[in-house]
Amino acid sequence: MTATDTPITSAADSAAHEAEWRSFERGPWSDAIDVRGFIQANYTPYEGDASFLEGPTERTQRAWESITALFPEEREKGVYDVDATTPSSITAHAPGYVREGEDVIVGLQTDAPLKRAIMPYGGWRMVANALETYGYAVDPQLEKIFTEYRKTHNAGVFDVYPPNVRAARRSHIVTGLPDAYGRGRIIGDYRRVALYGVDALIAAKKAERGILDMGRSTEDVIRDREENAEQVRALQELKQMAASYGYDISGPARNFREAVQWLYFAYLGAVKEQNGAAMSLGRTSTFLDVYAARDLAEGTLDESEIQEVVDDFVIKLRIVRFLRTPEYDALFSGDPTWVTESIGGVGDDGRPLVTKTSFRFLQTLYNLGPAPEPNLTVFWSEKLPQGFKDFCAQVSIDTSSIQYETDELIRSQCGDDAAIACCVSAMEVGKQMQFFGARVNLAKAMLYAINGGRDEISGAQVAPVSAPLSGEVLDYDETLAAFDGLLDWLAETYVDALNCIHYMHDKYAYERLEMALHDGSILRTMACGIAGLSVAADSLSAIKYATVRPIRDETGLATDYEVEGDYPTFGNDDDRVDDIAIELVHRFMAKVRQQPTYRGAKHTQSVLTITSNVVYGKHTGNTPDGRRLGEPFAPGANPMNGRDTHGIVASALSVAKLPYDDAQDGISLTTTVVPAGLGRDKAEQITNLVGVLDAYAVSHGFHMNVNVLNRETLEDAMEHPENYPQLTIRVSGYAVNFVRLTREQQLDVLSRTFHGGL
Amino acid sequence: MTDHTVSVDLKSGPPMDIADAELAESERIVDHTAGSVHSWDLVTGADGPGTRMTLFMAGCGLRCQYCHNPDTWRMKNGVRHTVDEVMERVTRYQKVMNVTGGGLTISGGEPLLQSKFVTHVFHQAHALGIHTALDTAGLLGARLSDEDLEDIDLVLLDIKSGLPETYKRVTGRPLQPTLDFAERLSRLGKKMWVRFVLVPDLTDAEDNVDAVGAFVSTLDGVERMEILPFHQMGEYKWEATGEPYLLADTKPPTDELIERVKGQLEAYGLPVTVA
Repeated sequence: MTATDTPITSAADSAAHEAEWRSFERGPWSDAIDVRGFIQANYTPYEGDASFLEGPTERTQRAWESITALFPEEREKGVYDVDATTPSSITAHAPGYVREGEDVIVGLQTDAPLKRAIMPYGGWRMVANALETYGYAVDPQLEKIFTEYRKTHNAGVFDVYPPNVRAARRSHIVTGLPDAYGRGRIIGDYRRVALYGVDALIAAKKAERGILDMGRSTEDVIRDREENAEQVRALQELKQMAASYGYDISGPARNFREAVQWLYFAYLGAVKEQNGAAMSLGRTSTFLDVYAARDLAEGTLDESEIQEVVDDFVIKLRIVRFLRTPEYDALFSGDPTWVTESIGGVGDDGRPLVTKTSFRFLQTLYNLGPAPEPNLTVFWSEKLPQGFKDFCAQVSIDTSSIQYETDELIRSQCGDDAAIACCVSAMEVGKQMQFFGARVNLAKAMLYAINGGRDEISGAQVAPVSAPLSGEVLDYDETLAAFDGLLDWLAETYVDALNCIHYMHDKYAYERLEMALHDGSILRTMACGIAGLSVAADSLSAIKYATVRPIRDETGLATDYEVEGDYPTFGNDDDRVDDIAIELVHRFMAKVRQQPTYRGAKHTQSVLTITSNVVYGKHTGNTPDGRRLGEPFAPGANPMNGRDTHGIVASALSVAKLPYDDAQDGISLTTTVVPAGLGRDKAEQITNLVGVLDAYAVSHGFHMNVNVLNRETLEDAMEHPENYPQLTIRVSGYAVNFVRLTREQQLDVLSRTFHGGL
Repeated sequence: MTDHTVSVDLKSGPPMDIADAELAESERIVDHTAGSVHSWDLVTGADGPGTRMTLFMAGCGLRCQYCHNPDTWRMKNGVRHTVDEVMERVTRYQKVMNVTGGGLTISGGEPLLQSKFVTHVFHQAHALGIHTALDTAGLLGARLSDEDLEDIDLVLLDIKSGLPETYKRVTGRPLQPTLDFAERLSRLGKKMWVRFVLVPDLTDAEDNVDAVGAFVSTLDGVERMEILPFHQMGEYKWEATGEPYLLADTKPPTDELIERVKGQLEAYGLPVTVA
C-alpha cells in the first residue's frame, strides 16, 4: 500500500463532506488524500485576458499601509522587533493581527506584525548572534537550556564532521551549508488542510502508523515511527493554533475564504516553527480557484471580494520574517524567505493549469505594489493561453517581480502537480522533499587542481596532495585531468558533509508539520550545487584556446595568470566554450552520483548561487579567465558580466544548453534588459518578452529571472533609497528589495550585463 | 591622413577619405560567395519585429557624423565568412525566429557595399521561409534589382535628413539616391520602417524635419516612422578610427525637442515611434 492510497477513513463523514464538498466532482480524491486528483476533476482553465481583475479595496489599502508604515524603521534597524524570550513553536505565541477586526485572513508568526521569533532548534549560536547584533538581551535561562540541556542541529553536526569537511568549509570551497540554520526547501502540501481538514489528515497519519507498527523495529522503522508521532502531534497543535484565532479547522473548508484561511494556517504553522532557508508555499492558486469559482457561481462573493481575500493572503505572506545573522545576510541578502508560489503550467492532459486565481495572484503586484515575496514563479510553456502570457510579460515589465521556469522540463521530472522550493528546485508537492545542500565552488576547485590541492589564497594544503601543474604554460588536457581528480575528492567531501547535516537536522530540528503534510512514503533528493560555472568554463576556454601562463610565488603557488590571445567565452552561443560548461556540469554530477547518501536520497544538483556569488568571489583568487581575486562570480549559471556580447537571447541559449538531466535541482539565469531593449512601446515590449520566454522554453532553458530596468533607476535608488521602498529586482532564483541589498551587492547588480536595444 | 589637430568645418561635411576608399573597394569585389562580416547579435525589440539575428556587415560608404559604430567602417576590419557559414548560424536560430515572430536582419556598416553577398544570403534565408530585413541608408539601393528585392520582406531605411544640404553635411553624400530608392520600394509595395536620427544642431532644424515628413508621407508601405534620438554611447569607438569626432560636445536631444519633432512628423500622418 502506498501512502497515496491511505484512506481517510475515520473522518470520512460523508454527511459533513456533503456540505463542504458540495458541487465538487467526486473521484478517487474523495476517498484518499489526492489533491492533484481534486484539482484535475474540478478546476476550470481560464483562457481569457486580464480585464476581469479588480483593484484593491479600501480595506486592503488600509491594511497594506499599516504594514508599509513599519518598513522604514525595519530597514533602518535591520529588524522591526524581536520576541527574544519565547522559543517559537506552532502554539507558542498569542494571536496577532495587522488590524484587529479588519483582517480578512488572520494569523501572524508572533503576536504582532514584523516581530520576529527565535527558533533555537537549528542552532543556538545563530539565535544568540542575531540577538546581539540587533541589540536584544540573550536570556541566560534559554542559553542554558539550548547549550546544556537540549542539543541543537548545529551542535549535532559539529559533533560528527570529519576533518576534511571542516577544512573544506573553512577554506570556502564548500560554502553556505545549512549546518547552523534550518535547511528549508521543504514544501508541505498546505492545500490538504483546506480540502480535507486536519482530522482526516491525522486519521491518515494514524493509518500510516498502523503499517509501520506491523514492521520489525529496525533503525529505519523506529525513526519513521517517531517522525510519524511528531507529525500527528504537530497536526494537533495546528488545530490549537487555529482555535486561538477562533477557527475550527478539524473539517474541510466550506468556501473560498476558508480555503485560503485553512491553507494559510497550515503554512503559518510551518513558519512559526521552522526558520528554513526557503519556506515555499507550493502551488496553490489553481487549487484555490476551484473554491473561488464555486463562490462566484453561488453568488456569495464577487470579484472584488475574491481579490480582497487574495490580497490579504499575500500581505500575510509578504510579512513572513526570520531572525538571521549578518553572516547569513551576506550570503542571502535582502531578508529573503522564498515564499515561492508556483503558478500556471500545463497539465498532463494538455489543459493549461491557468485559472482566474493565477491572474489574481499576479494582480497583487499592482494592488499592493511590487515586492520580492511571495516569490511568484510562473511555469512557462509555449502552450500557455495567450492572455496569460501577455499578462505575465506585462507584469514583468512593470514590476520585475516574476521568475519563470520551463513547465515541460519540470513536468517531465515531477509531473503536473510540482512546485518550486526556493528558487529553482522542483518537487512533486506532498510526495517529494529535498535535503538542501548549498553548493561547492567550482572555480576554486580548478585553482586547487592547478596548485596540487593548496588554497590559492592561504597556501594551506586543503585537498589531498597532488602534483601541481608545473609547466610555463597551462596545458588543457593536463589541467582537465588534475581538475577531474580534485573533483573526485570534492564530491566525496561534499556529500559527506551533507549526510552529516541532514542526519542531524532530522534528529534535532525535524520539520514535523511540513512532513505531516506529505505522504508517509516520499522521494528524498540530495540537492547538491555548483557555483562559479562560467568562471571555470571561461578559464578552461582560455587555457584551451589562448595561452595562459601561471605566475607563481616563491612557494610555487600559482596566484595569478597571464593570458595571451583571444578565446571564446560562455554566453555567446559558442559551442567551443559552451561544451566545456556542459562537460563540467555532467562530470561533477557523475561524481556526486557515486557517493552514498543519507536515507538513500536521490542525487541532484543545481547551478544556482542566489546572491552568494558575491561571497564566493570574495574568497576566490585570480582565475585564468582574467577575473581578479575577490571579484564576484556571475550569479547562478549566468555568463560572466559583460562577456555575453551577442544579446539577451544568445546569452540565454548558452545557458539553455546545460543539461537538465544533470542538474535536476535547477539551472538559474538572471537577465536584465532595459525597456527599450524589448521594443519601442509597451505592446511591442510585451510581444517581444513573450517571444523571448517562448524561445528560451523551446530551447530547453530551465529558469529565467527577468528584470526590466534602467541602470539609472538603480543608480538613483542607491543614492536615494527612501524614494524606492518597493523597488524589486530579481537576483538568481528570487527577488529582493534593491534598497535592502548591501552596497557591494548593489554594485554587483549594476556591473551585470544590461541588454539594450542599441 | 586626416590630422587630428585640424578643425573641420561642419558646413563642408566630414572627411570622406575612408568612405571613398570603401566605395571604390566595393566596386572591385569579385568573389561574392564570401563577405566581410563585422559581427552578429541576437537582437530583440530593434532591427525589425521579434527576436532577430542581425548580421553586421563591415564597410560603409557614408561618413555620418553621429555614427555610433565607427568600428564597422572598413571591410578589411571584418572577418570573411562564406554564405554557407552565415546560413549555418541563421538556420541555428530558425526556431527562435519562429516562436518570436522574428527573422534575419542584415545591417552594417552599409550592407549594400557587399550587395551581391547580401543578396545571396537573403535569397537562401527567404527560401527557408525566414523573415528578412535590410537595414540600409539607401545610397546604394540601385545595386539591388527588383528581383533581389523580392527576397527582402522589410527595409529599415535610414533617411537621415530631408534636405540635400543637411544630408551632405551629415553623411558627406547626396540625398537623391536614397529618395530614389525609397520611391522604388514604395512602387514595389515593400514594407518600410523609415528612420531618422535626431541630432541637436545637426538634423533638428524644422525645415529639415518637415522635408522628411513631406517626402515620407508620399510613400506607400511605411509601417513606422522611427525617431532615433542621438546618443553618445558610440563615442569610445571613435578613438580607434583616427578621425575627428565632431559631436563630442553634442548632447542627446531633450524631451521637448523629441516631442516637437514627433509632432511635426505626426502632422504628416506618419506612424511615429521614438526609440
